[in-house]
Amino acid sequence: MEILLAIIIGVLYAAGIYMILRRSLVKLIIGIILLGNGANLLIFLLGRITEGAPPIIPEESKVFLEAYADPVPQALILTAIVISFGLQSFAIILVKRAHKVVKTDDLDEMNATDEDS
Amino acid sequence: MLAAILLGFLFAIFLVFAGKFFRGKLAVLSALIPGGLFAYFASFIPQISSGEIISKTYQWVPAFGVDLSFKLDGLSLLFSLMITGIGFLVFAYTASYLRGHKYLDRFYGYLSLFMAAMLGLVLSDNLISLFVFWELTSISSFFLIGFNNTNPASRKSALTALGITGFGGFFLLAGALLLGSITGTYSISEMLSMKEAIAGSEYYILAVIFIFVAAFTKSAQFPFHFWLPGAMKAPTPVSTYLHSATMVKAGIYLLMRFTPVLGDQEFWNITLIIVGGITMVYSAIHALFRTDLKGVLAYSTISALGILVFLIGLGTKAAFLAAAVFIIVHALYKATLFLVTGIIDHQTGTRDVTKLGGLRKIMMPVAIAGILAAISSAGIPPSVGFLGKELTYEASMHAETFTIIIVIAIVLTKILLLWAGFVAGIKPFVGKLPDAHKDVKAPGFLMWAPAIILAVLGILFGIFPMLIESALVKPVVSSLGADASDYHLALWHGFNTVLLLSAITIAVGIFLYFFLKPSAKLESRIGKLEFISPKSITEKGTHYFSVFSAFWTNVFQNGYLRNYVTTIVLFLVVLVGYVMFGNPTVLIDYRQLSEVTAYELAVVIILIAGVFYTVFTKSRLAAVAAMGVVGLAICLIFVFYSAPDLAMTQFSIDTLTVILFVLVLYRLPKYLTLSDYKMRIRDGVLSVALGTVICLLALQVLAEPTNSEIGDFYAKNAYIMAQGKNVVNVILVDFRGTDTLMEIAVLSISAIGVFGLLKLRLKSTDRSQ
Repeated sequence: MEILLAIIIGVLYAAGIYMILRRSLVKLIIGIILLGNGANLLIFLLGRITEGAPPIIPEESKVFLEAYADPVPQALILTAIVISFGLQSFAIILVKRAHKVVKTDDLDEMNATDEDS
Repeated sequence: MLAAILLGFLFAIFLVFAGKFFRGKLAVLSALIPGGLFAYFASFIPQISSGEIISKTYQWVPAFGVDLSFKLDGLSLLFSLMITGIGFLVFAYTASYLRGHKYLDRFYGYLSLFMAAMLGLVLSDNLISLFVFWELTSISSFFLIGFNNTNPASRKSALTALGITGFGGFFLLAGALLLGSITGTYSISEMLSMKEAIAGSEYYILAVIFIFVAAFTKSAQFPFHFWLPGAMKAPTPVSTYLHSATMVKAGIYLLMRFTPVLGDQEFWNITLIIVGGITMVYSAIHALFRTDLKGVLAYSTISALGILVFLIGLGTKAAFLAAAVFIIVHALYKATLFLVTGIIDHQTGTRDVTKLGGLRKIMMPVAIAGILAAISSAGIPPSVGFLGKELTYEASMHAETFTIIIVIAIVLTKILLLWAGFVAGIKPFVGKLPDAHKDVKAPGFLMWAPAIILAVLGILFGIFPMLIESALVKPVVSSLGADASDYHLALWHGFNTVLLLSAITIAVGIFLYFFLKPSAKLESRIGKLEFISPKSITEKGTHYFSVFSAFWTNVFQNGYLRNYVTTIVLFLVVLVGYVMFGNPTVLIDYRQLSEVTAYELAVVIILIAGVFYTVFTKSRLAAVAAMGVVGLAICLIFVFYSAPDLAMTQFSIDTLTVILFVLVLYRLPKYLTLSDYKMRIRDGVLSVALGTVICLLALQVLAEPTNSEIGDFYAKNAYIMAQGKNVVNVILVDFRGTDTLMEIAVLSISAIGVFGLLKLRLKSTDRSQ
């Protein structure tokens, strides 16, 4: 499964960068989301994956008695997911707004600071 | 001693607040500061001349060996007295010269800042603090040259001077660090005892070159000399103080200070003789072609500095003696000539020597000062200039090699300097007074008195050389590591070759003065050769450098996001790809890998299909939906591999993102295909390359051992310390609670931003709707 996950990560990275390289703003956002998912999975995989052993201490004991998944990568990814949502929602609204104001979706037409250009 | 140095800085700061009181009549009071300091340093003369060295150390950054340590020996004392003494006169002179100027207080602030920095420079015994003070003099000089900040030429000269001296300062720092690494100390006194170790080091030549570049830029040696004539754009008190008497001698000071450490080596001596020799002849000839009095003086100053460098290069006892005397001689007569020029400029409004004459009828005291200074500069007895010239000739006649060439060069230089001194000191006062200057007023006492004082001292020291002999000259020579106790300064040494040379110099010089008048025609003739001068070459160089920088910046900062991303990705792929290509084996331990079940395979296929659909669909809605599928598939992967919290978060966030997208989807731009086929292929290849690299990288990392120490700590202590059983949650809200708080803050800011963008009505840009 690790090999499959590595391939998925590669696909997500490739797709993400490909979308970021487009001139369309909407595609740019989709690219960022895909790339973020890829990065999350990369951290998850490199923290080593464990099946069926969530890092939750059993009801009756105070410490783990059996093997458990490493909680640190999970905590990192959880933070990353939430933060990337902040970024995505802001970016989506910003694109909507920018489109309304400058009437273009082409990044190449947005690289000047002048209003008139 | 620290207080003495800090006084100037404190006064400068004081002027920031109390400046308005010093703009009017009280301005002259600021001369009390250098005057008092002069008295303070003069009180050390008896101690120093008896051979004592006074040192004080204050710790600054002891861990790096950087101390504020000060040492007062013969060399420092001579410079300190020059800085404060001439400073005193210049401060007083300025009160009259710039009377009523709007920014007079500011000017005094810069001047006293400069004075303090210069004192710090000549008293520092620590190379790093010397460097700091060195840079401070460059900066205050920048402000003083650019004091007339409404004049573009003045600003340009200030920048040139800062550029050149700052460039040299950089080399001084490099030299200091190099010497520090050779000797293990930054203390100059300690380096004195390590002369052999330094000379034997393989970095000796490099260290000497660094120190040379620093000294040559500061002291305007060829080919770095051109900033000094430009610096004459500064008000005349500045030219007097910084650009003839003190700051430009900082380079000379540096060379003298390091003579006992680095000197007495072939490379040191020969380089200094050559550079000093070229400079003194080159700029003395240049002085002939100037009509601006300050231009004449600037080039003759450069030439005098060249003589000093040349004398230090000779490295004999006689040469050190000559250098010590010549520093005093030059400071006295050149400062006088500058002050005189300033008065002429101030009263008549011109510095063009071809338009000046007969001014003695109006300003007799100034004329006396000018003529006395010219006599001293020409080396006519009984002035101190004569002493200096005799000693210089004697030193050059005893040069070890190329004696004839050296003697001819120095005699030629002295003849030309005599001419320059006469043009600046005598010519404006003799002859017929032009009609245009009939109504010129006499200058005030504060202006002519400093000039007279310096000029008279120049004669007095010549008649009574014992006044300076043991007090100033001999301690300087002993700081340079030579013993001069058996030498006596005297005007009369009997009939010998030196006297003959002196006579020739004076005769030829005076002859030249009567037959070669400065004229605009001569000046324009040399102007034709300007294009091969170091100045225009440097200017062209900086011009092309800025053109190149603009080009370079535009290549990289082109304003296209995808070009930036392409560059970064390409760099990453090439770099990481190269490393992996050199080590192509991907070790995978198949036994450690977990098995693939049927439902896992199904999720993987759905995920990859989702990604491809997202990328290739032409519909926005479909792309967003497919992206949601990708997110949910990842959510399932989290479920399979023991991350329930991640799965829940991913599920809710993914859903929210899709909802948000759909809500605004029809307000979003159409999903256009903007790029052509070729670009898509290019980007596709790049993306696939990146994906492959990341994939291989992940597999390689998996083969490495992992460290679960941190995870184990949290797992062990989650319940015991934090009373929670879900370890991931405990990490987020307890162990790393502050981080989570920050995260919440970030999300809140983002939410405010979203709200603001939705509600904002842009008046100016929304008008079309």
